[in-house]
Amino acid sequence: MEKAESSVLVIGGGVAGIQASLDLADKGVIVQLVEKEPSIGGKMAQLDKTFPTNDCSICILAPKMADCYGHPNINVWTMSEVIGLEGSKGNFKAKVLKKARYVDENKCTGCGECLEKCPTKGLPNAWEQNLTTRRAIYMAFMQAVPRVAIIDPEHCRFLLEGKCGVCKKVCKREAIDYDMKDVEMEFNVAAVVVATGFDVWDPTRSTEYGYGKYPNVFTAMEYERIINAAGPTHGHIQRRSDGQEPVTMAYIQCVGSRNPRTGHPYCCSVCCMHSTKESMLAREHIEGIKSTIFYKDMRACAKGFNEYVERNKRDYGVEYINSDATVQGQTEKGNPIVSFDVAGKSHQKEFDMVVLAATLVPSKGNVELAKKLGVELDEFHFFKMQNRTLDPINSSRPGVYLAGYCAGPMDIPESVAMGSAAAAKAMEALVQRKVFA
Amino acid sequence: MSDEEKRIGVFICHCGSNIAGFIDVPAVTEYVKTLPDVVFATRNLYTCADDGLTSIKESIKEHKLNRVVVAACTPRTHAPLFQGTCQEAGLNKYLFTFVNIRDQCSWVHMKEKEKATEKAKDLLRMGVARARLLQAQDEVKVGVTSAAVVIGGGVAGMSAALSIADQGFPVRLVEKESELGGFVRNLSSVYQEREDAGALLKTIIDRVRSNPNIEVLLNSEVISADGFVGNYDIIIDTKGQERNDKVGVIVLATGTREYIPKGLYGYGQSPNIVTLTEFEKLVKERKLPKLSSVAFIQCVGSRGQDKSYCSRICCNVSLKNAMNLAENYKNMRGLEGTGAVVEAAAPKETPSEGGERRHGRRGRRGGAEESEEGGASEGPKLEIVIFNRDIMAYGVDHELMYNKAREKKVRLVRYTPKNIPKVSVDSGKLVIDYWHDTLQMQRRMTPDLIVLATPVTSQADAKEISMMLKVPLGQDGFFLEAHVKLRPVDFATDGIYVCGTCKGPADIPEAVSQGIAAASRASIPLARGFVQPEALSAFVDSEVCSGCGNCIEVCPFTAIRKNEHGKAEVTIAACKGCGNCGATCPENAIFMNNYSDEQLLAEAKAALQEAKG
Repeated sequence: MEKAESSVLVIGGGVAGIQASLDLADKGVIVQLVEKEPSIGGKMAQLDKTFPTNDCSICILAPKMADCYGHPNINVWTMSEVIGLEGSKGNFKAKVLKKARYVDENKCTGCGECLEKCPTKGLPNAWEQNLTTRRAIYMAFMQAVPRVAIIDPEHCRFLLEGKCGVCKKVCKREAIDYDMKDVEMEFNVAAVVVATGFDVWDPTRSTEYGYGKYPNVFTAMEYERIINAAGPTHGHIQRRSDGQEPVTMAYIQCVGSRNPRTGHPYCCSVCCMHSTKESMLAREHIEGIKSTIFYKDMRACAKGFNEYVERNKRDYGVEYINSDATVQGQTEKGNPIVSFDVAGKSHQKEFDMVVLAATLVPSKGNVELAKKLGVELDEFHFFKMQNRTLDPINSSRPGVYLAGYCAGPMDIPESVAMGSAAAAKAMEALVQRKVFA
Repeated sequence: MSDEEKRIGVFICHCGSNIAGFIDVPAVTEYVKTLPDVVFATRNLYTCADDGLTSIKESIKEHKLNRVVVAACTPRTHAPLFQGTCQEAGLNKYLFTFVNIRDQCSWVHMKEKEKATEKAKDLLRMGVARARLLQAQDEVKVGVTSAAVVIGGGVAGMSAALSIADQGFPVRLVEKESELGGFVRNLSSVYQEREDAGALLKTIIDRVRSNPNIEVLLNSEVISADGFVGNYDIIIDTKGQERNDKVGVIVLATGTREYIPKGLYGYGQSPNIVTLTEFEKLVKERKLPKLSSVAFIQCVGSRGQDKSYCSRICCNVSLKNAMNLAENYKNMRGLEGTGAVVEAAAPKETPSEGGERRHGRRGRRGGAEESEEGGASEGPKLEIVIFNRDIMAYGVDHELMYNKAREKKVRLVRYTPKNIPKVSVDSGKLVIDYWHDTLQMQRRMTPDLIVLATPVTSQADAKEISMMLKVPLGQDGFFLEAHVKLRPVDFATDGIYVCGTCKGPADIPEAVSQGIAAASRASIPLARGFVQPEALSAFVDSEVCSGCGNCIEVCPFTAIRKNEHGKAEVTIAACKGCGNCGATCPENAIFMNNYSDEQLLAEAKAALQEAKG
């Protein structure tokens, strides 16, 4: 086992956790990076492009994911969760549960032969927002790191009934291991970085937007996958009802946020910009598409953002309407009808497709994780900063540091910066330990 | 090296079916065997798997290979692995080359297998031609001066200095003013908790002052910096006295200043028209005049009025002050406990607003909807209006403050750039005429004080510093980071980092976060103790060099300078091998290690040959 004085535990392998891990590892620190999903990359890996430069998201993230996985000082533990943390700053003992993947990470080369042969098809592909299906053995996504298959134990015929075994037969690397068990591990670490990210709020919980009722109402995350060339429609924008290309599109902001009734009175900080980006990209996919963004306040308030919005209005012809908006039904053709106000008068307009900027909320797992880590959450279940002004990186427990959206709404560069900052604080803890041990 | 017998080994990967499914790998392997100097060629199901790597190592020994070519997925992810394998077998890693036959061949030609096979042969012929001319390179390890300089002693710079110091490295904190604190010294309070800004600064300054690793240099500026990552020679000027110093890394945190709204909204025509920072000073110094009506105007000189950007923080600063006025006006004037009476003010707005009401369920305009009438709920009536375009109350704390301000009857009136509020001064009295969009009518108010929320802007010396350190400024005049998404506190030049408001508008917590982030990045070379750049750098043939200096201009990494003989000289540790200089040199005096003209031309010639067999 690694010595505590040279190790740090990072929880969450999104962009914030990756950055924290890389900074520490580059200083010679051993990092245990724990990720609950089968691949690192987090939400950023799912996005199509990034604002305000329209860089391809996975293209800029993938090298960092590869650096992280290949770094001699970083141990990446996918399918893993922290189940306990004892000790104190400089000397923690962390318990981690690694769930069985049923595929040996050291043997699987990600060739994909098993994926084509598995007879259990048609399972919802959550990573693709259930817009397409996968089989019982699958790859988290095309650029997954590690590029290792995973068996879904709830649907694998062999694991359920002891029959089938096709994947094992076709795997020339003998990587399939049906007998794999969950493993409990223990790490001695001097500090902990929490970087567990966020969940996308489910708008079926609100009746105002017709999501789940009218097929041509989408969430922004669904739409990110739709416009992605590697996504379920290979980048073709299509309506759910009839597969037709839309000509008019509406984007509704603040869905579930800035609204005390949903429990999220706050602003998620990124939706104004991602809708601006998405409407801009729609125009790049479909010549002549007409997009309208309904917003409360256009929060284009970081580097290059205001200019980006202005460019969207000027060069892409996207219309911005300052109003709350709801979806109040659909036409016979399946066009959602959007209701909004202009100059005090109420209007209704049909669109071919509606995209909801569903808010980003603290991960469901935060409550449980906070308990296990012995740290406090704020009233909305974000991880609580010790002092937002003076010590925004420190959690309520000494030696446990925060990075990224788990500590409050922020965009990618802020998450990256905070990942670095959390690495700095963890490094300080390591240095202190060496001095005072 | 050129006389040595070339013995090239080629390893072609099936990548399961990723390559072999579309390319006839056995045929390609047989073809490769016919190429000059290829003494060994084989194929593996997975070259990157253990058996593949073992086969490379064994073949290097068995066949005395002195060049290795792997044809497989992509060098982006796998080149380091194979280079390491060569090195383990005693072969210099620069004698390895990668041929991309998956991402750039089998995957893009899935529907034309025969052509894909032909293309793979072409690519391999090119790779082998290149491999024949590869030369072994030595990587130089350069030591690092284990110290940092932080330029700027505001909250970002102090946070950076503290973290670098607490990671065990000495820091010079250079501040050009006579005290630490930067822009925050202007402020009365910090908005989240409405904490006293002076007290907050004192806490940070005390931490800095008591840290044994931090040397604070006031009234000082860095006037020269020469060198590269790990090894900078700097000169610090303190009131005319120069000090030579050596540091390994430089953190830039030079902060910001307020935009002065000359000619906008009557600024300068009345002492009661002030900027947001001037207002903060009035509050801080307890010089606030007696007020019954205050107007804040947002986006003065920003978002296209002069500067193109949004200054991010001003909405929240105005909200904080508006709320402070609504709740705490007496105290702000220093009247608390003095027995002074603040007079109630009659609403000054015309026409009367009796008929005004909010629209729709929970206000369809949602955001900056004008809230219902009335002054502060208790005590003296104080009318507070914020004219805004959008309220940038992003995140949790700002939005909650925004909601609270609305509860406190702070009125929010939205305007558009086409219809901005008009300020006039009529024999000392202030008048604002504005269009009320929801009511669709022209209105007037007569406040006692108008506060103009102007943006923060880059420092006067930003350009000078940018030229001294050769780091770029963006169009907005702020320092430009290496990558806006993924390298927010790095510059493209290794060894120099950036944080806080010199990079763009940021509030205090953001500046603190960025400061600590920059500290993390800056202390990487310090913690490693050395820098070891890849040996793919540029070299200047000083006999051919005419000293024109074109290469110095195009080098994005400040890696070239003129030596004492007037010739260009490359600092290998700073060079990233991008090749800009080589392409620019009119004398062909610059060549790139392992990307020489000879090597590139050999590859190009090979590409133009017909594949036989």
